[in-house]
Amino acid sequence: MEEINALFHGFSVALTPFNLGLMVVGIVLGVIIGVLPGLGGANGVAILLPLTFSMPPTSAIIMLSCIYWGALFGGAITSILFNIPGEPWSVATTFDGYPMAQDGRAGEALTGAFTSSFVGALVAVLMFTFIAPLVASFALQFGPPEFFSVYLLTFCSFVGTGKGNPFKIVAAMMLGFAMAAVGIDIVTGQLRLTFGFTELLSGFHFLVAVIGLFGIGEILLSMEEGLSFTGHTAKINPKVVLETWAKLPRYWATSIRSCIIGCWMGIIPGGATPASFMSYGVARKMSRTGDKFGTGQLEGVVAPETAAHAAGTSALLPMITLGIPGSPTAAVLLGGLLIWGLQPGPLLFVEQKDFVWGLIASMYLGNIAGLIIVLTTVPLFAAILRVPFPIIAPVIVVICAIGAFTVKNNILDVWMMVVFGVVGYVFRKLDYPLAPMVLALVLGDAAESAFRQSMLISQGDLTVFFSNWLVGSMTGLALVALFWPLISAGLARMRAAATAAPRST
Amino acid sequence: MADNHGSAGASARTVVMDLVVAVLVFTLGAIVGYDSYRLGASWGSDGPQAGYFPFYIGLLICICSAVIFVQSYVRLGTDRRVFVTAGQFRQVLVILLPSAVYVFGVWLIGIYVSAALFITLFMRFAGHYSWLRSVVLGLVVSITAFVLFEIWFKIPLPKGPVERLLGF
Repeated sequence: MEEINALFHGFSVALTPFNLGLMVVGIVLGVIIGVLPGLGGANGVAILLPLTFSMPPTSAIIMLSCIYWGALFGGAITSILFNIPGEPWSVATTFDGYPMAQDGRAGEALTGAFTSSFVGALVAVLMFTFIAPLVASFALQFGPPEFFSVYLLTFCSFVGTGKGNPFKIVAAMMLGFAMAAVGIDIVTGQLRLTFGFTELLSGFHFLVAVIGLFGIGEILLSMEEGLSFTGHTAKINPKVVLETWAKLPRYWATSIRSCIIGCWMGIIPGGATPASFMSYGVARKMSRTGDKFGTGQLEGVVAPETAAHAAGTSALLPMITLGIPGSPTAAVLLGGLLIWGLQPGPLLFVEQKDFVWGLIASMYLGNIAGLIIVLTTVPLFAAILRVPFPIIAPVIVVICAIGAFTVKNNILDVWMMVVFGVVGYVFRKLDYPLAPMVLALVLGDAAESAFRQSMLISQGDLTVFFSNWLVGSMTGLALVALFWPLISAGLARMRAAATAAPRST
Repeated sequence: MADNHGSAGASARTVVMDLVVAVLVFTLGAIVGYDSYRLGASWGSDGPQAGYFPFYIGLLICICSAVIFVQSYVRLGTDRRVFVTAGQFRQVLVILLPSAVYVFGVWLIGIYVSAALFITLFMRFAGHYSWLRSVVLGLVVSITAFVLFEIWFKIPLPKGPVERLLGF
């Protein structure tokens, strides 16, 4: 009940005309970001972060989180109308969404996508409202070893849930940690990895890395494919919306499954992208019309969109309660909290009630506003995509450069952005994952200081990470996640052996 | 990216790029490890030294990149996937080189003039738009950015002689 009271207090914080205005601005900017190639949730928020420095933190987080919701909605538009996923998490939406658009059912697909996004987000916010305070109060008892084991679990989960080469995942992650270590060591004050360059004293700023890796890298990739946008027109009228809404309850089972997958994948740092693929796969297996998936089934749009939005929303739960973001965009928001002078973590629920509950209330309001805005303005956003790439590309480079410069008012950062762009391009093509790299860059210092404090407590004894059931089980889980590629290969072999054995006898 | 027309035209193979990147990553890891070792990667009088944590980071980078190198080397003869064709690479350079020149221009003459020039010239020569449309769009973006950042949000961006001439 306490949560309900707090939530209503939150609504009173969020429901000021100024905050509501920011919400609408955020959603619209977010959809534009989600629609444009080269601008995505993570680097879109990163570029706009400096604009919020002068705002009160609650208004700032409301606007930035609304940009995030908008980007989640926007990804669906390009997937369905143009067969170009604007965001990685909407790749799975193209499988059935684009065939539907080719069929002339674009309006139905878009309505289905937006509505199920909304449902996924709503379920995730409900879960957030009631679970986040519990997690936070639980985490108040954490000491350095517990925190390090949570960090360990976060990073090992990337190996466990990632599909690519585990060595590339670890290599990318460790490069992130190495970049985080550059600069002045916070404990001893010694210079690390600066090699006499004064420019490196303050280290690499992760916002610059995000803008370069995701923004410039994406532009380079899009250029290579020589994109010519040919899309379908979208007409959404109230009749189509109502007809689609009448159909949606049929897919309740898919929705529930997708919500669960999404919430789970968002909290553990799997993120929205694997959640959407997993949910699509599960829906195809479980659905009665599963063999028709890929030919334009509404259910095939519902499943990935619900999961992506649920995951995107619940990725904020560990960010707020533990200070550990579940996705690159959540990591950028975390960086924002630090810049506004808020320390993310369990104490936030005690010390910054207005902020936390204002944010949670804005999640409800933002998603409702988002649904209304996207349903009414789709043709407008689809028109943005018709702007030819030779115009979009330099404009986005200019925006990225402004964003990189405003991080620290340093021209060197703009150069770093270009370098990170090339790195992002090469890494994307070689399947080095960027998300763990960015998260490691953000969390590197915190993870290191948790590790060093733990080592100080135990005088260098690593068994401190197994010293009680809590830290022990988290470390244990982390190790299982880390060696999951090996474990699952072993299990598959055993299963193959078990099925092969009876036949041979 | 995964298409298999390996021998058609000049192109770089994915597996070769994998080898090159693995070597680069290994070098970075070695630098991190070396510098941490120099700072002291063990236990000082008052606890872990500055290089204690990064040393193992560097070590892990080296181990992983070595494994990736071996994995790619094994596939060197068989894996014919193409990393980038000459045509694709040219497309990438079409945006990458002007962007680099633009960043140099930001340093030299400020962000607004170089943004207008960059957008105009890119549209004219890469997009083959008319001079008029290119110039108008370049100016519109640049002036919008100026109003947004300098006047509205009061965030100063790099400026050059042209802005000074106008009194900013």
